[in-house]
Amino acid sequence: MKRPAATLLVNTALVIGGIATAFPLVWMLSVSFMQSGAAGHFPPPLLPAEPTLENYRVLFAKHAAGRYMFNSALVALVVTCISLIFNTMAGYAFAKLRFSGRDRVFSLLLGALVIPGQVVMIPLFALMKELGLVSTYGGVIVPAMASVFGIFLVRQYALSLPDELLEAARIDGASEMRIFRSIVVPLLRPILVTLAILTFMASWNDFMWPLIVLTQQKLHTLPVALASLSREHVQDSELMMAGAVITVVPVLVLFLSMQRYYIAGILAGGVKG
Amino acid sequence: MKARKAGWIFVAPALLVLGLFFFLPVLAAFLMSLTDFDLYALRDAANLRFVGLRNYGHLLTEPLFWKALGNTVYFVVLGVPLSIGASLGAALLVNSKVARFRNLFRTVFFAPVVTTLVAVAVVWRYIFHTRYGFLNYALGIFDIAPIDWMGDPHWAMPAIIVLAVWKNFGYNMIILLAALQSIPDDLYEAARIDGASNWQLFRHITLPGLAPVLTLVSILTMTGYFQLFAEPYVMTEGGPLQSTLSVLYFMYEEGFKWWSLGRASAVAFLLFVLMFVVTLVQLRVTRREGQL
Repeated sequence: MKRPAATLLVNTALVIGGIATAFPLVWMLSVSFMQSGAAGHFPPPLLPAEPTLENYRVLFAKHAAGRYMFNSALVALVVTCISLIFNTMAGYAFAKLRFSGRDRVFSLLLGALVIPGQVVMIPLFALMKELGLVSTYGGVIVPAMASVFGIFLVRQYALSLPDELLEAARIDGASEMRIFRSIVVPLLRPILVTLAILTFMASWNDFMWPLIVLTQQKLHTLPVALASLSREHVQDSELMMAGAVITVVPVLVLFLSMQRYYIAGILAGGVKG
Repeated sequence: MKARKAGWIFVAPALLVLGLFFFLPVLAAFLMSLTDFDLYALRDAANLRFVGLRNYGHLLTEPLFWKALGNTVYFVVLGVPLSIGASLGAALLVNSKVARFRNLFRTVFFAPVVTTLVAVAVVWRYIFHTRYGFLNYALGIFDIAPIDWMGDPHWAMPAIIVLAVWKNFGYNMIILLAALQSIPDDLYEAARIDGASNWQLFRHITLPGLAPVLTLVSILTMTGYFQLFAEPYVMTEGGPLQSTLSVLYFMYEEGFKWWSLGRASAVAFLLFVLMFVVTLVQLRVTRREGQL
């Protein structure tokens, strides 16, 4: 194929693909600003004739969206903070500290990656019931306080830390905790940022387990609340689009501002979280 | 000596969490699937009875389970190749030397991956709306009669597949892009000097270069797609006529609607075994092809 023809073909395909991919998200945003009922017309309107924030007002005033947003943010933040500490400690230890049974335990953990999370949901529910954690924030937070993927990600990165540096600190009499806090954590910073973003987003977007364990409506996270709201208000497109916007925009903005770290995590892991 | 103790102390919190809330439930899942665990047992374990393999026997004679399994396999068999195809197409386009604004398009193609599945399922349900949806409007431009996407048992699953492909192709695109960029340019140069066509370059350099990564992403995508749940939960509630009921949806209803937790555990376990076997088969097939 000749160069100009190829250029035209490739760029046209990119533009069409790009528009098709972005369209649902752009339309979601546009419809969320339409007057109630405006989206129920043919042909479907692309832009709001009279833009309004009414849908957002109704969402927060009548449907407690603020509450669900708080729940989502709280759960995602606590999960991110705790699991970051636990995964970092474990990932570093599996990479750099020598202890008996280390490699056997680590390969056992890796083997667990083939087991889908859904296999454990039913016994986990019974266990949570036993611990009194059903329908509490703890029900979502506690099982997510550590993850094999997170440990794996930190370990891969920590393997490249120079042993001489750690050894030197040990000879100077620094405790293992001190070495971890003052030397290891600062050096691991890039991968910790990546892991924090991946964890926060996974927790924010999580649906099935919160749906099961958060049986009280006032504890619902945004995805759970949106799913039940959308079942009740099937025809209320404008309101639903506003609900989708407040659910999606926080993670989308986080991704766009931290894209480099996010992509690095995918390429380093090669495994879904 | 000191480091040895420190090692265990450092891994203890994470191992405790994983042991208690992952490994213990994995074992319990199998044991529970051998009992009649229900709402009464949830209240008091004394009501628990061992039933052997009866849950499994019951499932294998339950038409709805087979229906759910068939739907899930349909979703995987159609959805995975389409997803990988879209990922590969997007990766080739973005990687093309003549492409403009490559970073912008890469970001746009990836954006759906980070979105919340429930939220975009709500958006797509509206796009698929029979009367006011954008898709039927767009098809109308080409004189295609409106399709009742969410109401016709033949079209509900294809609609869900469209959503899944849109949502996921960007993920594998990123991995394939990295693999494409690791294929040395000299290979292409040498082949071009020998007079190879674009198709020959793709067939004999690009595809073999991507083969190991393609195997990896198809296994990961497949195991992900076997876990279909939120899309039908939000878009169709498993309908119409159970045409979008997936195995996990079936498990959810058995477990948390009818509270047959023992039977639901059996469903989860069967799904896991199925995914495991399909993964092994896929690995073996690609290994054999690699030897030829």
